[in-house]
Amino acid sequence: MTNPLNLFDRPNSYIGKTVPRPDARRLLEGRGRFVDDIQLPRMGHAAFLRSPHAHARIVSIDVAAARAHPGVIAVFTGAEMAQHVEPYVGVLTHLAGLRSAPQHPIAVDIARWQGEPVAMVIADSRATAEDAAELIEVEYDELPAACDAETALDPGTPVIHPAFGNNLAWERTVDVGDVDAAFARDDVTVVERTMRFGRHTGVTLEPRAAVAEFDPSEDRLTFHYSGQAPHMMQFIFAKHLGLPEENVRVVAEDVGGSFGIKIHTYGDEVATAAAAKVLRRPVKFVADRAESFMTDIHARDHVVEGRMAVTADGGIAALAFDDLTGIGPFSMYPRTSAIEANQVLNLTGAPYVVPNYRATARVVFQNKNMMCQYRAVGHPIAMAICDGLLEDAAAAIGMDPVAIRRRNLMRDDGYPCASASGMKLADLSHHKAMDRLVELMDYDRLRAENAALRAQGIHRGIGFCSMVEVTNPSPMFYGVGGAPIASQDGATLRLDAGGGLQVASSVTEQGQGTNAILAQIAAGVFGVPIERVRVKTGDTETVPYGGGTWASRGAGIGGEAMLQAALALKSQVLDVAAVILQARPDDLDIRDGSVTDANGTPRMTLSDLARTVYYRGNELPSDLTPELIATRHYRVTDFPFVFTNGAMAAHVEVDPDTGFVRVLDFWAVEDCGRVINPQLVDEQIRGGVVQGIGGALYEECLYSPEGQLLNTTMADYLVPMAGEMPDIHVAHVETPTRTSVLGAKGAGEAGTGGAPAAVMNAVNDALRPLGTSIWQMPMTPERILKALGRV
Amino acid sequence: MKAPDFRYERPASLSEALALLAEEDATPIAGGQSLMPMMNFRMAAPALLVDLNGLADLAGITAADGWLTIGAMTRYAALEGSAQVMEGVPLMARALPHIAHPAIRTRGTLGGSLALADPAAEMPAVLLALGGEVVVEGPGGPRTIAADDWATGLYETARAPGELVTAIRVPLAAPGQRFGFHELARRHGDYALAGVCIAATGDAVRVAFFAISDRPVRAPGAEAALATGDIDAAVAALADLPIDGDLHAGPDTKRHLAGVALRRAWAEATS
Ligand SMILES: Cc1cc2nc3c(=O)[nH]c(=O)nc-3n(C[C@H](O)[C@H](O)[C@H](O)COP(=O)(O)OP(=O)(O)OC[C@H]3O[C@@H](n4cnc5c(N)ncnc54)[C@H](O)[C@@H]3O)c2cc1C
Repeated sequence: MTNPLNLFDRPNSYIGKTVPRPDARRLLEGRGRFVDDIQLPRMGHAAFLRSPHAHARIVSIDVAAARAHPGVIAVFTGAEMAQHVEPYVGVLTHLAGLRSAPQHPIAVDIARWQGEPVAMVIADSRATAEDAAELIEVEYDELPAACDAETALDPGTPVIHPAFGNNLAWERTVDVGDVDAAFARDDVTVVERTMRFGRHTGVTLEPRAAVAEFDPSEDRLTFHYSGQAPHMMQFIFAKHLGLPEENVRVVAEDVGGSFGIKIHTYGDEVATAAAAKVLRRPVKFVADRAESFMTDIHARDHVVEGRMAVTADGGIAALAFDDLTGIGPFSMYPRTSAIEANQVLNLTGAPYVVPNYRATARVVFQNKNMMCQYRAVGHPIAMAICDGLLEDAAAAIGMDPVAIRRRNLMRDDGYPCASASGMKLADLSHHKAMDRLVELMDYDRLRAENAALRAQGIHRGIGFCSMVEVTNPSPMFYGVGGAPIASQDGATLRLDAGGGLQVASSVTEQGQGTNAILAQIAAGVFGVPIERVRVKTGDTETVPYGGGTWASRGAGIGGEAMLQAALALKSQVLDVAAVILQARPDDLDIRDGSVTDANGTPRMTLSDLARTVYYRGNELPSDLTPELIATRHYRVTDFPFVFTNGAMAAHVEVDPDTGFVRVLDFWAVEDCGRVINPQLVDEQIRGGVVQGIGGALYEECLYSPEGQLLNTTMADYLVPMAGEMPDIHVAHVETPTRTSVLGAKGAGEAGTGGAPAAVMNAVNDALRPLGTSIWQMPMTPERILKALGRV
Repeated sequence: MKAPDFRYERPASLSEALALLAEEDATPIAGGQSLMPMMNFRMAAPALLVDLNGLADLAGITAADGWLTIGAMTRYAALEGSAQVMEGVPLMARALPHIAHPAIRTRGTLGGSLALADPAAEMPAVLLALGGEVVVEGPGGPRTIAADDWATGLYETARAPGELVTAIRVPLAAPGQRFGFHELARRHGDYALAGVCIAATGDAVRVAFFAISDRPVRAPGAEAALATGDIDAAVAALADLPIDGDLHAGPDTKRHLAGVALRRAWAEATS
């Protein structure tokens, strides 16, 4: 057996190297294959009429004029669509008590959020479909709406699903140690804050898009979509459209970003598939930007009442909070909208030793668009609660924020261990990461500089976040609760006659570079130049069965499957080579496309070997059965998740006259275990940090009190833009996970999870000498001015 | 977000354009940077789109008698590249880079900005501070409208239906005239939360705010205070200004930010 360590030092190992992405040139040349590029004969184009009200009874709906409009192929009301689709309910059994109501792709009788589909038009072009949608006459009886999560449980608030009696979807409490006693101690300082986290969304460059084809002769649905989990969608279409699972093919080629918003079941997509099946012709739906803002899942929406008690030397004595989160009128299917709150309970305080911990989450229904998993699910909330209170406490007792972290962070040599909430932790490096961060940012110099500038009326602040990220989830995340979501992934390598590799994986590419790292692993571990590897992902018909991309699992799980498959194929090839070359397999190796002897001298090319096997099998002994293809699957066992850690810092300047915040610099030290492609990891961190800064300072889905979404354009919804972004300095500590040979953990969500807390802490560091602080994200100029009492 | 069907004409002369604009539901299109999004949102649904991009009569920048006459179809990018504008109209030069992003400035036109009269747009406020003029022409011939009379409400102007903006006229900077400009936008290129233009000649000071009301507005109280150099009194005088909030800032915040912008623009004008 090969010594695993050798895998990373081999002459042609690509693991750990920055290798250009194989798809970069194709995409730059405009040769991407996105869903909207697909043009099929007889294809119809869908547009949806959406509810203009947050809550309304559909008294009547007249589609006659729309049906009669030239170019219209079909119109479906909710009731008509319901005849073809089995409704779905977003609950999972491991989230005990979670409830949600059956959901239809198009509203039947009652619309429960502004933007919910009310009718679908399919026409010869999208423009015609929109023309016809305007001709549909709907009589609504507006119902009182429950929009504000904070009053959703009040007795006078309308109940969205009357059978439930109230708007509570789910509730959970974690209670560890004796929190009340700890807060009551007379040697502790207690800080207490109400934090608010607005709604934002994952603004993908390519919107949600789908092309559904149905072939009645085979009873077969082919669904091209811009998404992250093809096999999950295969199950969903099969179940809800009444098709055998093997007759559903889901294809996700190039995907222009997803950030978690493209991993859910949207009525639009289900209706598109159902319409194709009913009409027996292809149907395309591409969400426009306004629809994206209205109907792509929103994220966050929390109000947290948090408290922390610290001893005089800065030790955390207790941490307690109540989290209230609004999820819209349904729990999203199939992942549910309770996972975010569950993560907040699981992750808050996880970097630290927290002897007494109590946390309650209440998840409530409201008449707004649905809230669900988006990049760094729950993390920014969890990190902001603990690290926000920790820096608040540090200020209260006059302690440096780095010192208070060093006092409380879990010891690097203390793993495996468990967090207060019971999360199993291993292979983390909080102290090393913090040391590296302090060095990277030249902390003491920066502090001194800030103090000097303060004297000149320049208000700068430094804020930190020590964080954990959930990556590489095991079946304990979803599968255990009955979700049709694979936690294992597979990889196949096939050596072709030309000596190149065709590899396939069940993880998917959203633009983050998964295909590149899969090629690196396959090439390096098997032993061919990377140019000789072609990667296929995102097609249920041709790739192994697996979960796709979410929870930062592509590299850690998909990568390990690829590594194991490459080792298996190598061993199979060497068995054949040994026969041909009259040698022992152990004395042979594969390097740079050739079978070599142990010291690297080429003995025969892989092409020669493959051609012998494929074309001239007569030259081989008849009892030799060469297999030049290998498949392996991998799942995480023994741990529910593989946690990563990071230490981040933000340097900001607050203009107290305008309330504007400028992020001057950002540093992130991340431990994602083995780094497979440094450039891709760094860019994941940077992109994540930018999204985190977006959540902290800019992005918010603004609703009127009546539940009308007020910003549905890129002019009104502020995404972070390059001009305002700081330099983001990234460094790594590499502590490989013990759960795999590859040793890679995830890296995709860390920045988004940690940056908001760091930015909030930095803003508060700048504001504190001015006698105030802010606990609401995004921290807009108006909110900062109000905190300062300027308006 | 697809525009409803429409007819499209690209006239070659002003008279031809005016004839087409006499038709029902005819709308001119210049740079299209505002009109096309409005059409895609179906907030505008013209039956006939009259493209002004073929009209040589609406192009060009000429100086005469202390005034610069700028053809309505002149792009922001062309203004930025014009020495006459950069040197002769420093306030405009100062404001131009704050309009959106280079791609939009390459298409968007000065005439389009005045015709649209977005209350947060920079150019109408620049014109107001400078005491410029808008030249329009309809079937009844050309007329000139003073900047003070131009914007009449939210996206409303003194332009009559069927009239085109043909040119914008601005006085060239006089010796000793001083200018200040400041806008507070959250991201580079965004419409401001509040912004102000100042043009000061001796003790005659014109102050035009944008992004705080339904149209660009002068601030007479502040102008009077600044004529005596009293910036604190000028800011205090903003208490009387009618101010509308928007999505990102309520009226109180806007009033506060208008005061901050005024201080900063005044500091620039007097530095
Ligand atoms: C992302 C984005 C950001 C922007 N940011 C800013 C900003 O910060 N500041 C700013 O000022 N603007 C901004 N704009 C708007 C931009 O400046 C527009 O170009 C301008 O407002 C309109 O000019 P246009 O030539 O594109 O006009 P069009 O869009 O073609 O037309 C606008 C309106 O004016 C009418 N019209 C145009 N020309 C004439 C004419 N000669 N006579 C009569 N009517 C006419 C049209 O019928 C239409 O109603 C932004 C636009 C975008 C897309």
